[in-house]
Order: sequence, then C-alpha cells, then structure tokens
Amino acid sequence: MEQVPLSHILILSSTLFFLGVYGFFSRRNLITMLMSVELILNSVNINFIAFNKYLFPHQLEGIFFTMFIIVVAAAEVSISIAIIINLYRRFKTIDIEDTTTMKY
Amino acid sequence: MSASTIIFYILATLVVVFGALTVFSRKIFRAAISLLLSLTFIAGIYFLWNVDFIGALQIIIYVGGIVVLIIFSIFLTHHSGQSLPKAKTGKKLLSGIMAVAGLGFTTWVVSQYVFKPAPGVVPVEPSVHNIGIQMLSYSDYGYVFPFEVINILLLAALVGAIVIAIKKSQDTEE
Repeated sequence: MEQVPLSHILILSSTLFFLGVYGFFSRRNLITMLMSVELILNSVNINFIAFNKYLFPHQLEGIFFTMFIIVVAAAEVSISIAIIINLYRRFKTIDIEDTTTMKY
Repeated sequence: MSASTIIFYILATLVVVFGALTVFSRKIFRAAISLLLSLTFIAGIYFLWNVDFIGALQIIIYVGGIVVLIIFSIFLTHHSGQSLPKAKTGKKLLSGIMAVAGLGFTTWVVSQYVFKPAPGVVPVEPSVHNIGIQMLSYSDYGYVFPFEVINILLLAALVGAIVIAIKKSQDTEE
C-alpha cells in the first residue's frame, strides 16, 4: 500500500507549529496566546506519531511521548486558566499591554 | 492515489485552515471554535493512522477538556460580541517574518533529508493492550516511573490551580 511521504507530514506539522509561533508573538490577549501554545503542542504530537509509525514501527516510544505531552498540556492549561482568572479579577483585563504592575 | 492518501490530504488542509483561523480571527469565540475543529481533525488523522488510543485521548482531553475550559474562561473574562484590538504592525511584521523564515528553513531541511526506516523489523500493533503492558512494566523500556512522576505533576497542578484561583475573602476583610 502506498503511503503519504513522511516529508509531507513534517511540512504539515511545521506549518501548524509556525502558525502557533506567529499567534504567540502577535497576539495581545492571554487566552489567544494560550490557544497558540496548544497548536504548537499538537504539531509536536503529530511529529512524534509520524516518526513512530514510519521509521520505528517496532517500538511504541512515540505514542508514550505523545501521551505524556497531552497530560502536561492539560496541567499547563488548568494552571494558566487559573492565573488568567486571578489576573482578570485584579486588573479587569487580560491584555498583556495593560498589566504592567510588575514591569521594570 | 489511494483513498487513505486523499483523506489524509483533505484532513491536513482542514487542520491548517482552521489553525490559521485560530491565529488570525479577530473574534475570540470564533478562534476558540476553530481551535476545537482543528484539534478534531488532528484526531481524525490519528484515526486514519490506526493509532486509535491517541485519537481517543485527543478527543477526550483536548476537545472535551481543554477547549471547553478555554471557552469557559472566555465567558468569564470577555463581553460577548466584542472583537479583539488590532495587533501593532511592527509586532505583526516581526512575528510574520520569524514564522515564514522558520517555516522556509524547516521545509528546506526536511526536503533535503532522506529518511531511512529501521530495516527488517516486525511492527508492533499500537493497541491499548500493548500500550498498557509497556506503560506499567518495570523491566527495561517500561514506563512505570514516568507514569508515577506524571501522577505527582497532575496532583500538583490540581492543587496549584485551586490555590491560585481561590478568592481570598478573609484578606479583604482585614
């Protein structure tokens, strides 16, 4: 059975990665920055699964790394949502340009 | 081209399109819904590759947990119908140049490199049975120690989220 070449999958995941990078640097809202981080983590997951499937099909290491990345992403999102809600309660905004109390 | 190849390219296009909508949309709620659709199509790619367990995890944790949490926090912190302020042009330009340069470089490296699969190996079925056995084995290549470490991490994240987000009412009374 013919397969999709591995390089196409890598180009898909790097496109997703750099979309996330663009969003992370150009957005000013904390929640949209968090969404960009999710895109980056997902592109890494696609890479791990593709390498495991194409190059090392006799092992399962890529699947384990993907599972651990998903768990770490869940922990990260819960903590950052808590921080965002706390920040909103204090400053009434979650725009990173306006929360400058601890700057300098 | 076989059917699975065509389905892969369709799913990949949808993932990239909705990822771009997540990044470029000025309405935050639309961005969250695009993120949800993008993650769902990534789960579709996993199902196409026969890694069912990871696809199920993707749907349960990302789509069912993380995106719902993000939507809740949008409801808590935004007024509906308001679009986000525009980013500064310099910042936009800088991050655009960074992203395009990085993507071009990565594409160039990937297209130059020849990937060689491990020769003469018997593929392992990525079933829940095999994953579970290796996950909880404490012989070589077992993952029981990272499993326990991730348990501690999740417990710490749970306690930390509650501690950070709790309202300190006694502080304001003093």
